[in-house]
Amino acid sequence: MKKKPRIGVFKFASCDGCQLSLLDAEDQLLAIADAIEIAYFPEASRTMAKGPYDIALVEGSITTHHDAQRIQEIRRQSKTLVTIGACATSGGIQALRNWRDVDEFIRVVYASPKFISTLKLSTPIAEHVPVDFELRGCPINQFQLVELIAATLAGRRHNVPTYSVCIECKTRETVCVAVARGMACLGPVTQAGCGAVCPAFDRGCYGCYGPMDSANTASITKQFRILGQSDQQIARAFRGFNAWDWQFRKASEECEHK
Amino acid sequence: MTDAIRIRIVADQIEQLFQSLIKRDYAIFGPTVRDGAIIYDRIEDTSDLPRGVTDRQEAGKYSLASRPDQALFGYAIGPHSWKKYFHPARVKLFGASTDNGVFRILQEPTPPRQPTALLGVRACELAAIAIQDKVLLDGPYADEIYRDRRKEAFLIAMQCTESADTCFCSSMGTGPAVPVVAADITLTEIADNGNHWFLAEAGTPRGGEVLLELEHQPAGEADCLQVSTAVAAAGLQQKRRLDTTGLREALQDSFDHPHWDEVAKRCLDCANCTMVCPTCFCTDIEDVSDVSGDHAERWRRWDSCFTTSFSYIHGGSVRSSPKARYRQWITHKLSSWVDQFGTSGCVGCGRCITWCPAGIDITEEAQAIRGTVNHGNT
Ligand code: SF4
Ligand code: SF4
Ligand code: SF4
Repeated sequence: MKKKPRIGVFKFASCDGCQLSLLDAEDQLLAIADAIEIAYFPEASRTMAKGPYDIALVEGSITTHHDAQRIQEIRRQSKTLVTIGACATSGGIQALRNWRDVDEFIRVVYASPKFISTLKLSTPIAEHVPVDFELRGCPINQFQLVELIAATLAGRRHNVPTYSVCIECKTRETVCVAVARGMACLGPVTQAGCGAVCPAFDRGCYGCYGPMDSANTASITKQFRILGQSDQQIARAFRGFNAWDWQFRKASEECEHK
Repeated sequence: MTDAIRIRIVADQIEQLFQSLIKRDYAIFGPTVRDGAIIYDRIEDTSDLPRGVTDRQEAGKYSLASRPDQALFGYAIGPHSWKKYFHPARVKLFGASTDNGVFRILQEPTPPRQPTALLGVRACELAAIAIQDKVLLDGPYADEIYRDRRKEAFLIAMQCTESADTCFCSSMGTGPAVPVVAADITLTEIADNGNHWFLAEAGTPRGGEVLLELEHQPAGEADCLQVSTAVAAAGLQQKRRLDTTGLREALQDSFDHPHWDEVAKRCLDCANCTMVCPTCFCTDIEDVSDVSGDHAERWRRWDSCFTTSFSYIHGGSVRSSPKARYRQWITHKLSSWVDQFGTSGCVGCGRCITWCPAGIDITEEAQAIRGTVNHGNT
């Protein structure tokens, strides 16, 4: 029998939601467990086998010196490294601190600030090591994760689109909330993957999947202004789960500095 | 046609049309209000219709408003087009399984399909269906998925007596009047206060059969005149137009026109325009396999010239800039479509104008190119 690929699931600064998406894939979980060897997955099992790994799934952003070293070691041990979720891919919601003074946060929040050792910035994995694939979302979509695993195992190209949320919105026949309700929706600049959930529930897209492959943030900013959004509101819209992604960051800073 | 069936039906009796179609086992699809818009969906009777509701449209904006009358079809068009029934957004082409290590395509029987009746098809939409017929049925390789869905469909057209601000079918020669042979039945609604009725004309024998089952009066000269005047008024009302003379050549000659950069600044590359367009037909094929590797499926889904993956071939995207993608969309629609299919790809429904989140207007963009094509800078 062919040797099963060994997978490790690693966590950095994150909420664990993306790893849970893997555990949530109940229907497929047995098939996955059958097809791969889960060598390292502290969230799910006591096994903590040493590397090397065929695939490393990495959740979370880098926020400490220790983590910055740990990711180097994981990269060395892994043939393919896939980041899962907005934290690992763009720094996550915790990257909001990147615009503020972290030392002051520590002083305000912790009783004994001296025990806290942290970096000034929350940064994506790709700023530290080469990444083979970034699976977007906050959290990731379990079907996309299963698809990615299945495609990798079959040696075929994955079906993870890089176009806009609008295409998913139209495919499920949702009435556009931007056009019909005048809502500020980030869908046109956000990558598909969630299935256009928010517009289907009468909300504008929050941009959880980060910028699509040709995001025109300048044009959507202009559109948001026409819809009556203030610069502060627009800056906030871009500063969500993918705030530190360079395109959303630039768009938010342009509004702030106006 | 010497003995054309042309009758007058009191609005209260239009319910009988539903009964007559249901009796013939048709699933009826038509307009209904959902999520702040008039969309197309399965409908059962007149209570599902958007009674007394109209739509207000402009570039990038849509809203509903109530009408002073009880009109059932007193709107122009909404975000959906009928293409979703003939050319579905996602459809499975086949499944496959491994059998002793060899992949075999499964012979899965297609479930029997209930015949469909589409109620309230506008003139521009009939023109769009005729275009998709040409693209997907004519020629040596007819699209079976389209053909199976299209062939039994019973079409009930509804002439417009009012236009939205985004409509420009008049200038495209596709409406607002419906050529009577284009549908099984063509209706026109007159919702005068206290006098609410439909003119109904049969375009096919089966349409005639249905009509003669309904309670009706003969339509007089005056009725027909009132209807044709109202339909003509809808055409005259239109604020937008697209001058198509020489447009095909103008776009062909404008590959490097500086205006493309201007549109590209606004265009979001979101693909909404192509999704809502009733003639756009492009698709992508997706192969999926499960984790075990023993089962695979091939799916077809709508794609768009606005995605970078659509023109991705070995080494990268052929149309790698937003400018190239917008240029492709409008040039294909209004110019090379004519070379390919002998007709414009645009019927003037205005959907791409209304449902563009950036409010980009195909009539303005075409004019910007056309009006300046030999003069260099805009
Ligand atoms: S609701 Fe948002 S995501 Fe959906 S089509 Fe409109 S702009 Fe795009
Ligand atoms: S290009 Fe626009 S106006 Fe023309 S048919 Fe398509 S959606 Fe309608
Ligand atoms: S023209 Fe409008 S709807 Fe079409 S891709 Fe550009 S922004 Fe989206």
